[in-house]
Amino acid sequence: MQMELTQTSGLSGGTSSALERNQGSDANPPWALSTGELALWAFLATVTMLFAAFASAYLVRRTGADWQPIDLPGILWFNTMVLLSSSGTMELARRRRERFNGWLAITTWLGIIFFVGQGLGWRQLAAHGVYLSTNPQGSFFYVLTGLHGLHLAGGILFLGHALNRAARAHSDGRDDAALHGVATYWHFLAALWIGLLVLLSAL
Amino acid sequence: MIPTPIGNATPHATGFWRRYIFSADHKVIGIQYYLTAMAMALVAGALALLMRIQLTWPGIRLSWLGKLFPAGMPGGVMTPEFYLSLITMHGTLMVFFVISLALVSGFGNYLIPIQIGARDMAYPFLNMLSFWLVVPACLIMLGSFFVEGGAAAAGWTAYPPLSALPQAVPGSGWGQTLWLLAMALFIVSFTMGGLNYVTTILNLRTKGMSMMRLPLTVWTLFFAAVLGLLTFPALTAAAIMLLFDRHFGTSFFVPGGLFVGGEIVPHEGGTPLLWQHLFWFLGHPEVYVLLLPAVGMTFDVLAAFTRKPVFGYRLVVISLIVLTALSVVVWGHHMFVSGMSPYLGEFFTIGTMLITVPSAVIGLCLIASLWGGCLRLTTPMLFAIGVIALFGTGGFGGIFLGNATSDIFLHGSYFVVGHFHFMIGGVTLFAMFAATYFWFPKMFGRSMNERLGRIHFWLSLIGFYGMFLGMHFLGLNGLPRRYYAFTQFEILKPLQGMHLWISISSFLFAAASFLFLFNFFWSLARGSRAARNPWEATTLEWTVRSPPPHGNWEAEPPQVHRWAYEYSAPDAARDFTPQTVEPDGAMAPK
Repeated sequence: MQMELTQTSGLSGGTSSALERNQGSDANPPWALSTGELALWAFLATVTMLFAAFASAYLVRRTGADWQPIDLPGILWFNTMVLLSSSGTMELARRRRERFNGWLAITTWLGIIFFVGQGLGWRQLAAHGVYLSTNPQGSFFYVLTGLHGLHLAGGILFLGHALNRAARAHSDGRDDAALHGVATYWHFLAALWIGLLVLLSAL
Repeated sequence: MIPTPIGNATPHATGFWRRYIFSADHKVIGIQYYLTAMAMALVAGALALLMRIQLTWPGIRLSWLGKLFPAGMPGGVMTPEFYLSLITMHGTLMVFFVISLALVSGFGNYLIPIQIGARDMAYPFLNMLSFWLVVPACLIMLGSFFVEGGAAAAGWTAYPPLSALPQAVPGSGWGQTLWLLAMALFIVSFTMGGLNYVTTILNLRTKGMSMMRLPLTVWTLFFAAVLGLLTFPALTAAAIMLLFDRHFGTSFFVPGGLFVGGEIVPHEGGTPLLWQHLFWFLGHPEVYVLLLPAVGMTFDVLAAFTRKPVFGYRLVVISLIVLTALSVVVWGHHMFVSGMSPYLGEFFTIGTMLITVPSAVIGLCLIASLWGGCLRLTTPMLFAIGVIALFGTGGFGGIFLGNATSDIFLHGSYFVVGHFHFMIGGVTLFAMFAATYFWFPKMFGRSMNERLGRIHFWLSLIGFYGMFLGMHFLGLNGLPRRYYAFTQFEILKPLQGMHLWISISSFLFAAASFLFLFNFFWSLARGSRAARNPWEATTLEWTVRSPPPHGNWEAEPPQVHRWAYEYSAPDAARDFTPQTVEPDGAMAPK
């Protein structure tokens, strides 16, 4: 679908560079990714490896004699529901083309609520006397949620950008690649959070 | 003139700043990387010479250096801590800021678009950004010599606790923090570059340029980029945790019960081994990030000067895939003496023995590429043959180190220093020289001086073997590495002559390198004008003007009709057929 769109927009003279970009494709197979998608997936691969490295460090470190499990702040479960629903509204924004603007705005707000909720989680934990260097699991908790939060903050900026671009593209009756890109990234952040939550709560 | 966009290349900038400084043109960026690497090589090389002088004449007084480093060399005499800083910075600068920048970022940026028939990288702006992140990284690294305590001193591998406790040695203070900061900038930059390489190679190939028609340079840069993207994050994660250990009191890596300066360290329960695992998960593939492009460029040079196709193109590509996959499961062979479980050690030994198979296939294909060829012994060709020699010698030593049994004896000795300089220093450096002499005419429109080039090659080869073969023998005799002087050990006194020999060889090598620098800049101004295709080579970069214009192709991008190594085809009129020539023998229409 992506392919088709870049080709047509190229032919209509909208963006001549899009056509040139695909000049290498004598007969592009249907599974071929656009350059933007490829870059996004490569980026997700490198982010996945970053968190995989942290996860393996966590698994090694938890065998230490001084490891004490901490009670995760209760607000995390609420945050998780917020992030999962934002993933749902993101998907609605992507599919319901006529109403995407509203769904995208809701997604952005849910993202901001999650972000603030994670901050509240830090405060809850600190109120229980668990600080950054109090115990190893606490250290991992702050570092991992902090890093996930940074990636999420980037995702919120990306959402704002997509909202802007998609609105313009939509008024021209076009589809916009940024919308699909941000959807992929947003689902990735939700899945990553689930993974982190399993790591922090069950292992 | 109104700038017009050509393909994915940005509009041609006309002002000085946008054209030469903040340029988004892949060729300008490639040359910027190359020149940055050259400047860093001067510093890193000077550090190595300082170490050689100290080891050969321990305690020698160099008063003018005492003024530059009042803390590290008080009165011009080197302190042991300063020697540790020298080791650390020589390794870090050479690996990440010389070889990586010149080979992967420099030649990578210059060659990828022009060899696959693209007008520029997929993301030219990102490309510019990636270069301008490396510049502050370089400045921070160099600046760290002049902060309190001096530059980092925990080795280029930055093992904790030396790197984790700011009070451990002078270099563990500010120097180590700046080291981590500079490495973080470098990793971000390298990731941007990697994203560009992967997307460009996969999606921007011109019409007819299938993957199996790519020159091996592009193939190897592709695998280098993939490896970089997948393994650098491990170092990022480790560096983040190390920063937290250093500045925020966490205990990821610092064990309990450590005393520094008579005071107990407040950390508890961390595992220094964890850092080693994370570091080498990057550190070993990093060797291939540097080595693979070196080998790929060597293949391209060999084909042009043997006038025959490279041997076993398909086999080499398959070996590269296997090698890339295996390279992420052999990191433990750097840690045989760390006290890890012997079963785990066995796993890494077997993995290492396995990876010698694709490495040996590639090495044999390099040798076989020479066989039956019509050799033209130009300077780039001499350096390419030099690469094969170093690859063989270094690889032979690797067999002993890859095996836990012999490694346990050799690991702490100069054998290791000699071995990895052959591989990561020699193969890459000689490939860099080969690539420079080979592509210089394309990059600057002038040729480098052949006579000076040949003298450079022979002096370098003799100097290089003198230095690092010598270190192998020092290691076999049990000389430990990382010591700043060997005056305290009666048993090591007889080896002092070998130290002198190695130092003389290193001065020879340094002199040869200055000859190269002179040749480079002299040729830039005075070299004879180069034609479009001075070496009669087949790949796409030789079909454009020297130096190529912005956007690489004046008219339409080229169409490719054959693979990259059509040399001495039986029924062709000439002994080389460029990739753009149509099958019936007629030149592709302009």
